Amino acid sequence: MRLYLTVAWASVRRHATYRAAAFGGAFANIVFGFIRAYVLIALWQTKPEIGGYDVAAAVTFCFLTQGLIGPIAVFNGGLPEVAQRVRSGDIALDLYRPADFQGWLLVTDLGRAGPDFVYRSIPPLLAGALVFDLRLPDSPAVWLVLPVTAVLAVVVSFALRYLVMLAATLLHDERGVSSAATILALFFSGIMIPLTLFPVWLRPIAELSPWAATIQVPADIFLGRYHGIALLAALASQAIWALALLGIGRMLTARVRRRVVVQGG
Amino acid sequence: MRAYWLLARTWTRAAAQYPASLAMLTVSQLVITGIDAVAILIIFQHTSSYAGFSLPEVMFLYGTSGVSFAIANALIGTVDQLGQHIRAGTFDAILLRPVPALVQVAADQFSPRRLGKLVQAALVLCIALATLDVQWTVDRIALVPVMIVSGVVIFAAVWVLGASYQFLAGEAAEAMNAATYGGNYVTQYPLSILGRDAIRALTWVIPLAFVNWMPALYILDQPDPLGLPGSVRFASPLVALLLCLVAALVWRAGVRHYRSTGS
Repeated sequence: MRLYLTVAWASVRRHATYRAAAFGGAFANIVFGFIRAYVLIALWQTKPEIGGYDVAAAVTFCFLTQGLIGPIAVFNGGLPEVAQRVRSGDIALDLYRPADFQGWLLVTDLGRAGPDFVYRSIPPLLAGALVFDLRLPDSPAVWLVLPVTAVLAVVVSFALRYLVMLAATLLHDERGVSSAATILALFFSGIMIPLTLFPVWLRPIAELSPWAATIQVPADIFLGRYHGIALLAALASQAIWALALLGIGRMLTARVRRRVVVQGG
Repeated sequence: MRAYWLLARTWTRAAAQYPASLAMLTVSQLVITGIDAVAILIIFQHTSSYAGFSLPEVMFLYGTSGVSFAIANALIGTVDQLGQHIRAGTFDAILLRPVPALVQVAADQFSPRRLGKLVQAALVLCIALATLDVQWTVDRIALVPVMIVSGVVIFAAVWVLGASYQFLAGEAAEAMNAATYGGNYVTQYPLSILGRDAIRALTWVIPLAFVNWMPALYILDQPDPLGLPGSVRFASPLVALLLCLVAALVWRAGVRHYRSTGS
């Protein structure tokens, strides 16, 4: 356990250094946040409420989800650093470490997300709040579970990207597989447009997908759309996806491990 | 110019060594950029008139912006890698070669996969043109290619301006996405959804309004929220030319300002 904490902390420190790049990213997130907000405001001007969102909720959704792009990282496709190590052959070193391969990468990714929540989630919300009336959580229960849903979202995102990385390793094709994954994530996470606007037949499928657990579900929790049992159920859906996807990844790791060809060396 | 095509052809041949990967990347580009179009379709599931524009009208804006952006991106999009060239020290080598630095940076890693977006945007534009309810007079028809070419030049100039900024701040690569990709995103929609100050900024500061919004107001016969004189709607080529000039000057200043990383 101490080993993983050390690894996570090293990852936090490493990613905390790239402040200029992170703020550059946050700036782009903010600009897109404003455009997305105005796109939705124009739609909400035709109706006061769509899919259970009023205009304040829709605008908050835009800035909140823009702020989640960095830390959740689900649109990155796979795990580019690992793919790079497969290509260079350094992966052999990772497989030899006296630590669990998947666990090592998971804590590294959680450590990466930490500084990103500070550098890339807070600025868009602040910028949005300067111009619009944002809807902040009013119940203490929601504030309490925010860290939980955020961590679960990162874990689900990691588990998805881990599977993409395995597929890319097996197929010797990194970019094709990871862009396919990015397409699914863009479509089903709610970042393209809130899933609440989806047509009736597609909405339940999208909302139950693992991608929804990375962006839409945490955003809905923030917006206070879940209370009591429903709040617990939303967290449970994230946890179930996290466990299921990590489990599948674990099973496949053993198989890929036997098949992996170390390049170079 | 010749150097550009030579480099572009070399990179295309390099990419063609992996035909399956290239095909998959082109298709995935097509689909990824198509997601924006799906968002517009979903919006029109909830309303038939969006900020006073019909679905074919918004698709017309989307298509013209997308085609211009895709061509500019394919031609010059890799200039946003300038920061990396500077950090890795490869920009020194670029300056030594007897080909303009901008041409080398722009043709670097040229990939036909970037044209995946062009196919998708052109498709949307064709559907829009077929379904638009517009009196197609000669001047309206002539304005369409003019706005697309002006759009390419404006986007390309914005890209060069953003890249030049990296001479000052090497890690600004992501921030400039706000102007390029953000510019593409915002011009897909009627600019009237923005506040007036934002439209003014997009007209006079970063003149993205001239990519497609101004000429489209004339073609679609829509009112200008800023109430500018009608001639402004035809100013796109002039604005494109001016912006190009500014971008060239700034780029030159940037190259002169450049100091090698020195390691």
